[in-house]
Amino acid sequence: MGEPSPVLEMTGIRKVFPGVVALDGVDFRLFPGEIHALMGENGAGKSTLIKVLTGVYDIDGGDITLGGAAVRFTGPLQSQKAGVSTVYQEVNLCTNLSVAENIFIGREPRRLGRIQWGLMRKRAAELLARLDLNLDVSASLDTYSLAIQQMVAIARAVDVSARVLILDEPTSSLDASEVEQLFKVMRRLKEEGVAILFVSHFLDQVYEVSDRLTVLRNGKLIGEYKTAELPQVQLVEKMIGKELAVLDDLENKAQRTRAKTAEAAPILSATGLGRTGAIAPFDLTINAGEVVGLAGLLGSGRTELARLLFGADRADSGTLQIDGKDVTLRSPQAAMKHGIAFSSENRRTEGILGELTVRENIILALQASRGWTRPIPRRKQDELVDKYIKALQIRPADPEREVRMLSGGNQQKVLLARWLITEPRLLIIDEPTRGIDVGAKAEIQKLVAELSDGGVAVLFVSAELEEVLRLSHKIEVLRDRRLVEELENTEGVDADRIMQTIASGATS
Amino acid sequence: MTTVDMTPATNKSNSPTNPRRRVYLPNTKYIPILATLTLLLIMYFTGVANYRNFGQPSVVVNLFRDNAVLLVVAVGMTFVIITGGIDLSVGAVISMTTTLTATLLAGGWPPLVVLPLVLLLGALLGAGMGAVIHFFKVEPFIATLAGLFLARGIALFINQNSIPIRDKLWKSLSEYRIVLADGVVTKVTSVTAVVVVLIAAAVLAWTRFGRNVYAVGGNADSALLMGLPVGRTKIAVYTLSGFCAALGGVLFSINSTSGWALQGQGLELDAIAACVIGGVLLTGGSGYVFGSLLGVMVYGLIQTIITFQGDLNAAWTRIIIGLLLFGFIVLQRVVTRRAK
Repeated sequence: MGEPSPVLEMTGIRKVFPGVVALDGVDFRLFPGEIHALMGENGAGKSTLIKVLTGVYDIDGGDITLGGAAVRFTGPLQSQKAGVSTVYQEVNLCTNLSVAENIFIGREPRRLGRIQWGLMRKRAAELLARLDLNLDVSASLDTYSLAIQQMVAIARAVDVSARVLILDEPTSSLDASEVEQLFKVMRRLKEEGVAILFVSHFLDQVYEVSDRLTVLRNGKLIGEYKTAELPQVQLVEKMIGKELAVLDDLENKAQRTRAKTAEAAPILSATGLGRTGAIAPFDLTINAGEVVGLAGLLGSGRTELARLLFGADRADSGTLQIDGKDVTLRSPQAAMKHGIAFSSENRRTEGILGELTVRENIILALQASRGWTRPIPRRKQDELVDKYIKALQIRPADPEREVRMLSGGNQQKVLLARWLITEPRLLIIDEPTRGIDVGAKAEIQKLVAELSDGGVAVLFVSAELEEVLRLSHKIEVLRDRRLVEELENTEGVDADRIMQTIASGATS
Repeated sequence: MTTVDMTPATNKSNSPTNPRRRVYLPNTKYIPILATLTLLLIMYFTGVANYRNFGQPSVVVNLFRDNAVLLVVAVGMTFVIITGGIDLSVGAVISMTTTLTATLLAGGWPPLVVLPLVLLLGALLGAGMGAVIHFFKVEPFIATLAGLFLARGIALFINQNSIPIRDKLWKSLSEYRIVLADGVVTKVTSVTAVVVVLIAAAVLAWTRFGRNVYAVGGNADSALLMGLPVGRTKIAVYTLSGFCAALGGVLFSINSTSGWALQGQGLELDAIAACVIGGVLLTGGSGYVFGSLLGVMVYGLIQTIITFQGDLNAAWTRIIIGLLLFGFIVLQRVVTRRAK
């Protein structure tokens, strides 16, 4: 084909970690003026490839050419100098400094050793204007939203070196309009001839913005495709390497098991339960084996409601019955005694203890519920942990690995395992699938369905309506910290119907 | 003067379309420093209203004379704390410097050799601690605690007793009076301290090194990924703090024309307190030399008031500083939380 020559070409890249081949003969090309998505499940080798490209890791085999010349990066600084810049998911800027400083620090315009603040601010404003951003460049960065901070990071990156820009999960914490703004910036840069490598878990975004994509699986190259020529379903199949039958199978399951759960005894029922400032009083009944979905926008009170049921926050009105008896949940421990488990939305800060091993993390809640004076025998621990590592397909299947070494999806599974091991009767899971890839998502959804079949009630909190619809028997719709509607998940209910409810509660 | 880089007034012309900046409300960054300034003014005018002669210029000038050492040490400490570190060794470095200076001078060493030598030693000790902190990832608290013991030990090893200084240069520096105005005189040490403050403020605001200090304190990992010399900056601030402590020691030996190994005990804590009261954030990333200056002034003014009152126990200095520290730490918390 009459293609221009690639600005970056990686051939036969091989990277081995002790016991794992992270990249096995991977080829990757990046052309000037294109947005190229790098796709793959967690653990497929995306991060490793990026780290190789940015010089964080040295390679064990293969060649990298940048602009036609062979290169070998020994550190992020060196790759940056050669023209490869990276903007990570967590914005790596100093938020205590001003916008202008964040763009120019280390490269400030100076005269006689003295920083020329005026000139620096002028240049920063011009640079941002090129990206259609109008900011007060002398304001400190922490006065701006994460989305803006990210764009400042991009501005810095392209100003430092404008040939190759790597965006690693830039959109995972942005809302829809911010994503649009980011895409606008990306397209602008593309027109200027920058080659952009884009990593995202959101397939829609990949299809909206990318020209070409490369799929990795288990450290191997699956292929390079033009985005427009590869249907989404085929892409997902290539990423997870199996048919999507699992998901299709789930579709009708909720309805099939509905009759059974509707008649089951209620495990938990709340009447007028509420907490001032967090969630208005609500009624809610959850039966054994029932999957109840909580739908609503960010900040609509989903997490707040869940926290009340787990005793993480105390209700200041209403009553809560568990198995028909009135209870007051003073603490999470009290809820755990009643067989309620809560898997937190914030796996990094509230759930996972990164320094501990997989085994220690999984065993934590069970140990806590037994009390620390009665340690679980090591053999029993190993037995339980092995069982759940297998059941949830946690990878790598090494109970002694530190959890922080695992990918996001696998951390989420460890967190789930921690609660499953306590054999709860009601499992509350808050955003279990955020920031994890399609394959792991499907596995977690499948797991929820299996739990429900086994008689465990699940309160499923998710921002993704499709997911809520697929799994739930009934759906509680929240809006402005108020439970506005309860919907039986029958034939007529779809995402539009729920969105209507979320939107139409707009009386205030 | 140190804050010139951040004031919106200097760059209004840059963003005519964006009047986001509130003119009437101070930036949250300046709240602690403004609080200290307000406190200082209240204290000063309370003193003027209650005590005869408190309003004379010499009271203010003497603040600089009496606290020159603390001021110089606090300047070095400010750099360290802005990077998110701490330097516990400064008091001990002072004692080591005074003892060594007095001993060498008594031994007949030329003063113009002794002076650079002791300053270099202080800087070297600081650099050593900085290197340990950076290369071995040791907590600054521990590394500088080791430095504290080391410096104090060296001082005690040299001589446990107070050593008088009879050197001509030291004597004349000690006795030299600079007339600022009619009846208002000050000493070489105060002028040195003020010069140090001015230079340090300029360095923080207008040099790459200064800005790197803020970046390292804001987020060291990010700073590294942005290609900033994080290690070099860290080592440099401890070197600077060591240098400032040694300079403080020299000023001490000039003021007292003696050297003593038990000099400057607890001075590191006074310096840290002055920084915190002056609005330097203990977690790093925020603060100004000007703030630390105000902190030292608050400290000195409390002592002055107690002296003027006459019947108050000197322990009140500590009690008030303790209360102020609590107050300012809570203020910092509130301010940083609101900024988030």
